[in-house]
Amino acid sequence: MESLLQSLLGDNLLTVVLYCALPLVFLLLYALLAILGEVKISAWMQDRLGPMRTGPWGIIQPIADVFKLLQKEDITPAKADKFLFNLAPFLSFMSAYAAFAVIPFSSQYVGADLNLGLFYLLAISSLNVAAIIMAGWASNNKYSLYGSMRAVAQIVSYEVPAAMVLVIIVMFVGSLNLQDITTAQSGPFWNWMVFGGPKQDVVLASGEVLSASWVNLIFLPFFLASFLMYYIAGLAETNRTPFDIPEAESELVSGYHTEYSGMKFAMFFMSEYANMFLVSAVVAVLFFGGWNSPFGVYLGDAFDAPWLVAVEQFGWLAFKGLFFVFVMIWVRWTLPRLRVDQLMYMSWKVLIPFSFGIALVVGFLVVIL
Amino acid sequence: MSGYFKDIYAGISTALVGMRITWNHLFVKNVTIQYPDEKHDIPERVRNRLYVNMDDCIGCDQCAKACPVNCITIETAKALPDEELGETSTGNRKRLWVTQFDIDIAKCCFCGLCVPPCPTVCIFMTPVFEFSEYNREDLIYRFSTLTAEEGAVKTANAERAKQEAEAKKAAEMEAKKKAAAEKAAAEKAAAEKAAAEKPADEPSTAPDQSDAPATGTAPTQSETPTPDNNG
Repeated sequence: MESLLQSLLGDNLLTVVLYCALPLVFLLLYALLAILGEVKISAWMQDRLGPMRTGPWGIIQPIADVFKLLQKEDITPAKADKFLFNLAPFLSFMSAYAAFAVIPFSSQYVGADLNLGLFYLLAISSLNVAAIIMAGWASNNKYSLYGSMRAVAQIVSYEVPAAMVLVIIVMFVGSLNLQDITTAQSGPFWNWMVFGGPKQDVVLASGEVLSASWVNLIFLPFFLASFLMYYIAGLAETNRTPFDIPEAESELVSGYHTEYSGMKFAMFFMSEYANMFLVSAVVAVLFFGGWNSPFGVYLGDAFDAPWLVAVEQFGWLAFKGLFFVFVMIWVRWTLPRLRVDQLMYMSWKVLIPFSFGIALVVGFLVVIL
Repeated sequence: MSGYFKDIYAGISTALVGMRITWNHLFVKNVTIQYPDEKHDIPERVRNRLYVNMDDCIGCDQCAKACPVNCITIETAKALPDEELGETSTGNRKRLWVTQFDIDIAKCCFCGLCVPPCPTVCIFMTPVFEFSEYNREDLIYRFSTLTAEEGAVKTANAERAKQEAEAKKAAEMEAKKKAAAEKAAAEKAAAEKAAAEKPADEPSTAPDQSDAPATGTAPTQSETPTPDNNG
């Protein structure tokens, strides 16, 4: 992909910029879709129609929303810490976007093919916490501060089980590289981690051979539980309902972004949606085969067109990611918000013991099998 | 310990139950009515905007009297004897020009109390509910079929007719009084004549006075009784 771009453009710098910007293009289009999806799905779940006036069936509504946000006055509170206040939304979006560097969109495209991919992912997505507490502190508003305090407590709590689940997968595959983890699940859908991982030997992208057999079915319950735990932790990390206590409208106005308006608010919004897709994509990569087709074959192979294979792979990842984003929206309009104590109970007394227990069992099984 | 696992099971299973419900609602027919394009069916006997069918209005002022918020203002003028206003659809003869029939719909409380008293069923509530205006003055509905000028003419006509009638009445009264006085004077004169053989100067002035008011109708005479009659 990179070499293709370079041959097309013949310019190193331009190639790098374009290569980096590709996920951003996808992300912006996805955000429009997700905004529309959120309003439409919530409306349908409540037997309403949702926006219907802007364009046919209201499909231009997200664009109208963006233009509204662009026109809005950019207000900075008089007693806010201006520097931090202005920095926070960009840091928030930056942390969400930087994490996309290691997401393998197809076998041909991954922003940075890091061997420490998952570690980088954990580290960079934790930066969001800093952005949130920055926003809450700099706003000089009690609701913002409460919101950011809750957000930090929540994200830090849920990072532990999320990291532990990543460790489970890493132990199984033996690599932190997301491309490796995806390759390990190549073939039909029963090779996906959520169904117990590969059933025959796989050659990883790094060249190592991961020996596997149908005995791996024994991992199915553990990986299924890990998937569920990671998804729950992901919901909590993105501050989505039912874990939206940091921006609980009924208690805290809107949490850490109470004082933000216009494009700075839009940046927080973008970062939330980017984080949603990030968590969904990571779930897809770790448990649902990433860019792997569920049938194990590609249309491009039949036509002997490698570029079509790459496009298909991207399509599968996008489809899986969008599906989990849909589930997030679905959950949002189903479950009510948790109390703070329930939230902490869930993390420290349920997810963490279970994730450690599963890590122990999976580690043991990996060693003996 | 078993409670702990039971809680986890309950948490997951109830979340799934909830998700099944919302999933099913994804495919439920929506209940939204896209208002300006399509409208809700309005009940048959709904009470919304008032309407007055002026063809049937006899100007009886019953509705204005019934109105608890005084939003109906009616002014009428008596028709001249040679003016034929026709009949209402209920067969009542119209005798009054309705020079003003204003309903301040902004004040109207949609109680419907003005509807039953109407003898000709000409005021009624329609199902129309979209009648917002930019100016409050536009919410005063003027139902009278006469223009302001026509109304003024009719009022003046009626006033004149009234004055004429009153003048006539006053003249008749005067004449009657005169006649009575004359009669009394004559009787008195006769009595006096009979009593004492004195001159006949007094009765000679009486005929002059009785002639004058019969035709002239001095305004001063007619104006004084008008307030009494109206009151």
